[in-house]
Amino acid sequence: MDGRSITEIRKDFPSLTLSANGKPLVYLDNAATTQKPFRVIASLKDYYERSNANPHRGAHYLSIMATEAYESSREVVRAFINAWSSREIIFTRNATESLNLLAHSYGMTNIKEGDEIVISILEHHSNLIPWQQLAKAKKAQLKYLYVDSEGQVKDEEIYTKITDKTKLVSITHISNALGTVTPVKRIIDFAHEKGAVVIVDGSQSVPHIKLDVKALDADFLVFSGHKMLGPMGIGVLYGKEKLLEAMPPFLFGGDMIEYVHEQETTFAELPFKLEAGTQNVEGALGLKEAILYLEKLGMDRIEAMEKELTAYAFERLSELPIIELYGPRDLSKRSSVISFNVKDVHPHDTASIMDAYGVAIRAGHHCAQPLMRYMNLNATARASFYFYNTKDEIDIFIDSLKNVRKWLGYGS
Amino acid sequence: MDLNSIYTELIMEHSQHSHNHHHLDCPSHSMRGHNPSCGDDITLELKVVEGIIEDASFTGLGCAISKASTSMMIDLIKGKSVEEALELVSVFIGMIKREITDEAELEVLEDALALQNISNMPARVKCAVLAWHTLKQSLEEKE
Ligand SMILES: Cc1ncc(COP(=O)(O)O)c(C=O)c1O
Ligand SMILES: [Zn+2]
Repeated sequence: MDGRSITEIRKDFPSLTLSANGKPLVYLDNAATTQKPFRVIASLKDYYERSNANPHRGAHYLSIMATEAYESSREVVRAFINAWSSREIIFTRNATESLNLLAHSYGMTNIKEGDEIVISILEHHSNLIPWQQLAKAKKAQLKYLYVDSEGQVKDEEIYTKITDKTKLVSITHISNALGTVTPVKRIIDFAHEKGAVVIVDGSQSVPHIKLDVKALDADFLVFSGHKMLGPMGIGVLYGKEKLLEAMPPFLFGGDMIEYVHEQETTFAELPFKLEAGTQNVEGALGLKEAILYLEKLGMDRIEAMEKELTAYAFERLSELPIIELYGPRDLSKRSSVISFNVKDVHPHDTASIMDAYGVAIRAGHHCAQPLMRYMNLNATARASFYFYNTKDEIDIFIDSLKNVRKWLGYGS
Repeated sequence: MDLNSIYTELIMEHSQHSHNHHHLDCPSHSMRGHNPSCGDDITLELKVVEGIIEDASFTGLGCAISKASTSMMIDLIKGKSVEEALELVSVFIGMIKREITDEAELEVLEDALALQNISNMPARVKCAVLAWHTLKQSLEEKE
């Protein structure tokens, strides 16, 4: 574990010293994407200066360098989530592509008419639309696990919605809209009892907490590199080897084949079978550096730092009568995402006004329209933290929030 | 960005207590306009008699910018002909896109001129133009 102070840690991130609209930038939109440390940025430049070639294709020096860069990244990802084999790690563009790959390849072959697919009402559109469209195509039924008023998945939902007819459960580990941590282990264990396969959307959890696919016994796990210090355009699909092995390719083309004849093709083995065409090697390498950075700092420390920040922000927000907070009140059941509204103010105005104070937050439906409708919310503002945020930044956030209503002509 | 140039008193007045925020008795036109990405969702009602917009109003939810823009637009188009209203829509859109910058040409927009600075806030342009696009769509659909 890295014992450096937060001041030292922040120096690793060039963009954290930026100004926005003449004020020091306070970046609180980490659930959307995170800022990048020098180490990740430098690795991209270094790759193009010293290792660039098409991996797996050439016997020459640079191609071997590129292959080594790409495959060593796969191994780092494997170790990070504690998968059995690097054959179980498929590189994609992002969590969205990983989920679409699953819907097409796993879904189209395994889901039949009358089967049931279970997701929760918390899902990001990326983990909703692929299943909705698959269900339509296969005449399967899409069922939702609903949540209570704080956005918690209810136990009775788990035990009544997942049945012998359920073939697939796809569940977010942490909600990007409300910050709820779902009882993902309970869902996996119960779904397995019923014979269903479980996909975990780790987009909001893998960057923030230590996740072990063996301990969790997830069948599939998806996440995006850009939400965990890595570059955009690289994502991961983890799958148990037995399941990936049985899946047909998702895209066809170069690199994913063994022998191609005029009328027939045999496909390469895992993981290449599911990675068609020239891959995002720089992205994989950037993700590797991001993971090495996170591991050096220590996932336990990251979790502790964020817990402290979230508790502090939550406490300060709770003191403000002008703030309506959404999501769990129990801090042990929420992550570093806080959804809220300023009374009488549309979140878009809140976000624009906060921006003038240099504070970056998000406003809208957070790609979870069915959830917002279910919770009876039109839109919310959202602040989301990463380990590099500070209590001083939260103070600026709170002080700026206190000004929002004034700009809209309210007394206080 | 200067908040003073965006959240002006005029805009607040129109967004908070708009006299145009209600239903019409027997509208000849009713058109919903929404920005799915931010949740602005307004319905514009018009009473057009023999090519003249005799009355107009709106209902729905939205941010201050979208509501103020809608209310200002309604003040502007009441009593105008359909052709005049469509012309005002193109002047307004031209202003926001910075294609029309001549102050004299923009004067016809009256209160809505206060929204000129929105063109400095790319994230909010959609909010400002929502009502105007909705008006255009509504008038053209019924023709
Ligand atoms: C829970 C969750 N799932 C999926 C996604 C999609 O991620 P990406 O856009 O990187 O594919 C996000 C991103 O916001 C998310 O928060
Ligand atoms: Zn808006």
